[in-house]
Amino acid sequence: MTPRRVLRTVVGSLMTGATYGTALLAILPLAAILAMLIVKGAGSLNWDFFVKSAVPLGESGGGFAHAIVGTLIIVALACAVGLPVGVATGIFLAEFGGGRIGFGIRFVADILNGIPSIVIGVFAWSWVVRPMGHFSAVAGGFALAVILVPIVARTTEEMVRLVPNSLREAALALGYPRWRTSLQVVLRTAAAGIVTGCLVAVARVAGETAPLLFTALGNDFFSTRLLAPMAALPLQIYRYAEGPYDDWHRQAWAGALVLILLVLALSLVARAVVRGRRQHA
Amino acid sequence: MAGVSTPERAGRPRPSVTRPVPPKPAPAAAPATPRLATEALTAWYGGSTGVRNVSVAFRENTVTALIGPSGCGKSTLLRALNRMHELVPGTRVEGQVLLDGHDIYGDGINPVQVRRRIGMVFQRPTPFPTMSIAQNVAAGLAVGRRLSADDRDAVVERALRRAALWDEVKDRLRDSPLDLSGGQQQRLCIARTVAPEPEVILLDEPTASLDPAGTAHIEELVQELKREFTVVIVTHNMQQAARVSDTTAFFYLGELIEVGATTTMFTTPTKPQTEAYITGRFG
Repeated sequence: MTPRRVLRTVVGSLMTGATYGTALLAILPLAAILAMLIVKGAGSLNWDFFVKSAVPLGESGGGFAHAIVGTLIIVALACAVGLPVGVATGIFLAEFGGGRIGFGIRFVADILNGIPSIVIGVFAWSWVVRPMGHFSAVAGGFALAVILVPIVARTTEEMVRLVPNSLREAALALGYPRWRTSLQVVLRTAAAGIVTGCLVAVARVAGETAPLLFTALGNDFFSTRLLAPMAALPLQIYRYAEGPYDDWHRQAWAGALVLILLVLALSLVARAVVRGRRQHA
Repeated sequence: MAGVSTPERAGRPRPSVTRPVPPKPAPAAAPATPRLATEALTAWYGGSTGVRNVSVAFRENTVTALIGPSGCGKSTLLRALNRMHELVPGTRVEGQVLLDGHDIYGDGINPVQVRRRIGMVFQRPTPFPTMSIAQNVAAGLAVGRRLSADDRDAVVERALRRAALWDEVKDRLRDSPLDLSGGQQQRLCIARTVAPEPEVILLDEPTASLDPAGTAHIEELVQELKREFTVVIVTHNMQQAARVSDTTAFFYLGELIEVGATTTMFTTPTKPQTEAYITGRFG
């Protein structure tokens, strides 16, 4: 081997090593978080944790059932409003958003994306909680929906834009009206990507705490009433982690683990959806 | 279709495809009525003229080839024939396109209805990726009248047979069209275009993205299609025009230079530009 060749090989291996190193560095925090949650939280996970609600002070035991169900309800409310609005906005932006209106909507969506979630919570408080006169699950769902819409709109737009124009033309040449082309060909082709985008967005808002502080408020009792304050996993974790009791701390760790697993499950579903699309593509 | 080399082919440029080419019937010998015709058609493409003052007739049950150098307006003309041209922002059309004597640009004519009667196949195969092979063929039917499942299956089979694809796909009608080869995908698109029974079929360089074998298949198919449809094909391959068409129209800089029977055009063209292009001196 000539010296230049040796140099090249050495530099090549160094660079490869560096990329491996940075990749490890990037996943280290995630691995550390997961490991810590499992170490501290897994021990407190038991059947009671999933089926029982919080117990009064002084009693030991109890669980997070009310918070898990609360999170599911609040996120479902947010999805019911946020996903249709977001997806429809995204389709509009991609298919008809060439002009000034499209530019405006895109601009607003980008700004909305960058607003801190606590500000969205304050906004939901003044628009929903104050007129209604009390905290409620609906207000929490509203706040999360406001976060959901711009994320979903922009990812949907990206996905719809990825559909080649030749497919639109093929449908129009077959005598499809414009709206049927959008719905039956463009939307169907982009569906897997849109579903993935929605799941990622839902996973993100499921872990939001700040917007729920002034809206859903939290609740120590099991409640499914939409117009009353409702518990949520992030809120319950926050409350128990702040509290002075070891039992609370243990349960907060377990709650954090459950929350992470919930988000992880959503991401895995999103991955599976994408893989389904790849097989077709 | 038995492919035999006829003596008259010997003098013409050999096709790049090594396969027997079907003999061409005497072109334009039986003057049929024009199914489709343009009258002083001018089409603009974002400020510049794509097609200028073109009047040309496309006869029933014949294949008309539109040839000419890149940018001569042949594709623009084709897209103006089924009102696809206007879908691109900044385009405009003047003049008339007569389908069975009625102007498709006339008042109160719905372009969507026009496109159901004048089908189109594009340069690259465009199967709908989320639909199965059978669903692709039936895609154009869904917009028309409702069909029972049995009727639909029959139409799908007939269309695939007419596109010479049935034997290759009959056992995997529910599979994704993306598993097919490029040539098969293009024949699938032809089946999809044929299924709703249009009157005219427009082919925009249908073999541009295909290999020689796929090209040969499509060219044979074009000969079959003209029995039932009026066919217009844009091609930049002159051998292809010579092989498949009965009438050839030569365009240059957006104008129709010359139109005539393909054999005449390729042996004794009247305009010097046509001769120059056909003999390969420009373009």
